[in-house]
Formats: sequence, C-alpha cells, structure tokens
Amino acid sequence: MAYSRKVVEKFENTLNNPEAFKVGKFDPKETNVGTGMVGAPACGDVMKLQIKCEAKGNTHIIKDVKFKTYGCGSAIASSSELVEMLIGKTLEEAKAIKNIEIVEALELPPIKIHCSVLAEDSIRQAIEDYEAKQ
Amino acid sequence: MNSTQSTIYLDYASTTPVDPRVASKMMEFLTPEGEFGNPASRSHKFGWKADEAVEEARSHVANLVNCDPREIVWTSGATEADNLAIKGIARFYKSKGNHIITSKIEHKAVLDPCRQLEREGFEVTYLDPDEGGIISPEAVRSAIKESTILISIMHINNELGTVNDLSKIGDIARKNGAFFHVDAAQSTGKVNIDLMNTPVDLMSFSAHKTYGPKGIGALYVRRKPRVRLEALIHGGGHERGMRSGTLPTHQIVGMGEAFRIANEEMKSDHSKISVFHEKFLEKVKEIDHVYINGDLDNKVPNILNVSFNFVEGESLIMGLKDVAVSSGSACTSASLEPSYVLRALGRKDELAHSSIRFSFGRFTKDDDVTKTLEILGNVVDRLRELSPLWEMHLDGIDLDTVEWNLH
Repeated sequence: MAYSRKVVEKFENTLNNPEAFKVGKFDPKETNVGTGMVGAPACGDVMKLQIKCEAKGNTHIIKDVKFKTYGCGSAIASSSELVEMLIGKTLEEAKAIKNIEIVEALELPPIKIHCSVLAEDSIRQAIEDYEAKQ
Repeated sequence: MNSTQSTIYLDYASTTPVDPRVASKMMEFLTPEGEFGNPASRSHKFGWKADEAVEEARSHVANLVNCDPREIVWTSGATEADNLAIKGIARFYKSKGNHIITSKIEHKAVLDPCRQLEREGFEVTYLDPDEGGIISPEAVRSAIKESTILISIMHINNELGTVNDLSKIGDIARKNGAFFHVDAAQSTGKVNIDLMNTPVDLMSFSAHKTYGPKGIGALYVRRKPRVRLEALIHGGGHERGMRSGTLPTHQIVGMGEAFRIANEEMKSDHSKISVFHEKFLEKVKEIDHVYINGDLDNKVPNILNVSFNFVEGESLIMGLKDVAVSSGSACTSASLEPSYVLRALGRKDELAHSSIRFSFGRFTKDDDVTKTLEILGNVVDRLRELSPLWEMHLDGIDLDTVEWNLH
C-alpha cells in the first residue's frame, strides 16, 4: 500500500530521531503524570501515551508528552502527530482533539483510520488517569 | 535511473524478474519479423512455426517435472490452474462424492475455489498443519471419508518454504480413490519433481516464480490413470477442450525457456542460495527474541520467515525501506488480520504480526544479504526502542498476563 509522503516522513523522522519526537517514558507514579495505554498486541497495535501537566489554578496545561507505539507505520506516525498537537494545550483543549485531525494531517488512507482512533483513545485515557490523581 | 535500482530485492517468492535469456527468446515471437502466428492456424507456416514453438515449450515444462508433454495444459497462471483442477474435478466427479480435503495454509488460489465449491454444496475439510508448517499424511488419512473425491495440498508453502511429503499423501489418495491435486507454484527450479514416480494426479505451475513471465502457467493432468475435468473456459476447444483461448505463444515460449533453464541451473541456484540462507539464518539469530517460522529441517532455502517479537511487521518493512521484502502480517492489505498461515501454526497473534518473509533468488548477491542484515539489526533495535511491549518486556512484565484495552 502506498502511504502519503507525510506518513512516511513522520515515521522515518520518529524512528531516526526518537528523543526529538518525544519517544520515551515518565515515571507513571508521579502525580503530575497521566498514562494511557490502548490497543493489544494481538490486534497489531499498542499505544502508550504519557502527559506531564502543570496546574495553574483550575487549569491544567500539558507541558510535556512521551509516547511509545507498537504498530504499523501509520500507527507510529499517528502517535507522533498527536504528541505534537498536545504540548501547550489545556486538558480541555486536548480532550477536544478528534481523530479526524490526525487523518487529515497525515492523509491517512481509509483502512488506516483505525490508527487515528487509537491515538484519540490514548489521549482520553491519559487525561482520565491524570485527573484521577488530582 | 530507475528508482528501484538502489533497493535490494528479497521477495523472489512473490515474483522473480524474467531471466534476460527468457526475455530475448520471447521477443522472437511477437513482431512481424518473428514467429507471430496463431498456433491454432493449420493452413500456413506462420501457424505451424508457432505451434512448433508451443510444443517445444511444452516439452521443456514436461522435462522439468518428468511427465509426458501431453499431460501439460497451458493456463494463465497457477491461480487458473488451481481453479481448473479443483472446480474441474469437483464438478466432473460430483456424482461420486462431494467431499474435498485441503489445508488451512494453502494459497488463496486453492482456498477460494474451495469456498466457492462449499457454496455449491460441496463439503470441505481444512486441515491444520503441525507447528512446523507441515501437513502430516496422517492428518490427511484421518480426514478421508467415503465421499472424498479430491485432496488438494500444496507442495511448498509460499510464506514458510516448508515442503510437504507428496508421495505419502498421494499414496493415501490412491488407496482411497480420491484425486490428488498439488499447488507447486513455489516448487519449480527449487526442488526436484518427478511426476512419473509420484502419485499426483494434478499439479499447478506458474512461470513467474521461476524467472518466466507473468500471465502464464500450466496444469499437469495425469493421463494414466486418466483424470477428467470440467472446463472453466469454453471456446475453440484448445488444450483438448480443457482450456479454450488462443495460446499466447510468446508467454508459453517464455515459460518453456524459463523451465528449461531451471532444469539446467537448479543445482547451481540451490547451492548458491543455500549459502545465503545459512548466512542469513546465523546472523538473524543473533538478534534477541527472534523466531524462525517453519520447520528448518523440512524447507527450501530460498524462503526464510522470521518473527521479530515486540516489533510489528509492517513497521519493520517501512523501516527496511531499501530492502523489498514481504510481511506475513496482512496489515499491508485491506484486512488488519495477521497472516492466516502463521496463525494456523499456532503462533501467537503478536508473533504473526511480527513476521517478515525474506526470499532469495538467482540474482541475489552476497552483498545484498550482508547489507540487509546490517540494516535489519539496526531497524529492529530502533523499533524496539519505540515499542511499549519491548519496554514492558524489559521491565519483566509477562505480556500474556496483561489485560489489554481492546478497542
């Protein structure tokens, strides 16, 4: 299958320069860290997303993000794309991110839309985990 | 410059380039200066010359597999040959029984005709392979019923390279009055085939897996004891009524020449490729958590199927961008299912998702293998650094005990 240039570039950049593209982990026990993990190895993709937030009054802002993804090229590109969208956003803004934004940014083919849904789920879970700790 | 020239081709089990010797021979049968005639034209020498070329090619194919040239029927490829054999036997002999035995690791060109026959009222048993990817003759024997008319088992599996025992399965078929069809698309030029001395009734061949052109293949149909078929394509009664349609002389000549060369060069191809296989196997095993799929003691050296645990196959293929290989994971196609062949071996889904098929051929160079191994180790490391599963594994978590958040 022919991927868009955007998927290929995103995938390759992430692979070749993981640190710059926020590949890594935070200590999940820290109270300002929220962790989300979705998918299953049997399905061929697992995404783990961690957000590190800073509270300003009642507003929580995503200061940093780390992720790891097992999956096809577009799953990895989708996570990486999402991560870029998140930094600096409030949790409310992050919750409003829809998978279609990832689909459009990466020009995902229809059979890979699933990857963007997974990415959307991962941010929701990470936020839930973070909020539960507050 | 051709953009594919810098890419290393290790996907010979998918298709092979046409051997330049074959291509030049094919060129002699196309243009006004060449023998462009219709082999079915009986009234002039254009036809006679083309017919002569077609019959010479038929002999080359027959020589490679040791059968009578009159037992070879030209088709558009192995897919058509499989369809003709399976549907042709089932429909011709349906008054004798309605049961067919095949296996879960057959090519789709066998499985889909079987599914179609199920819709037409036939009953099909799909045998499981053993964990090494071999169909045991014993499994075939125990699936036999009074109503079994056909057994269709592949010779060499296209994903694993594993080789089935045709003599034993054929004997079982003979003893029980069932016809035995074999998909041998991956076999020609790789292993010796001796149809005079093997109890096989029908065998499918493809030209393009053996350095011939795409779009041509053949079905071997045994004469003694005679096997009859209901044709799929009706028309001018070509190929003794089994496959009508004007014979594509240049394609047939190409297949003949490719098989003639295969007969001459099988030994040298094999010994060269065996060296690559050994080298590849040795190096790939140095990578942690690598699993070889398919019984190593019972397979051809040109195909090597490897699972790299904690890495998904399609991302590995994308990472190996300068190497053309194929993924057992069907994530690259319309479905998100992992390879049905690897699943049938009982491999865990994640290992099926992590598999890559490397296949070597006549034009593979030692340098191709060395470079691929270098790139491979590097890409697997990088993808594992990206993999949450690898991280969990390093943290000592048993992935089988994790409750996954299915979506």
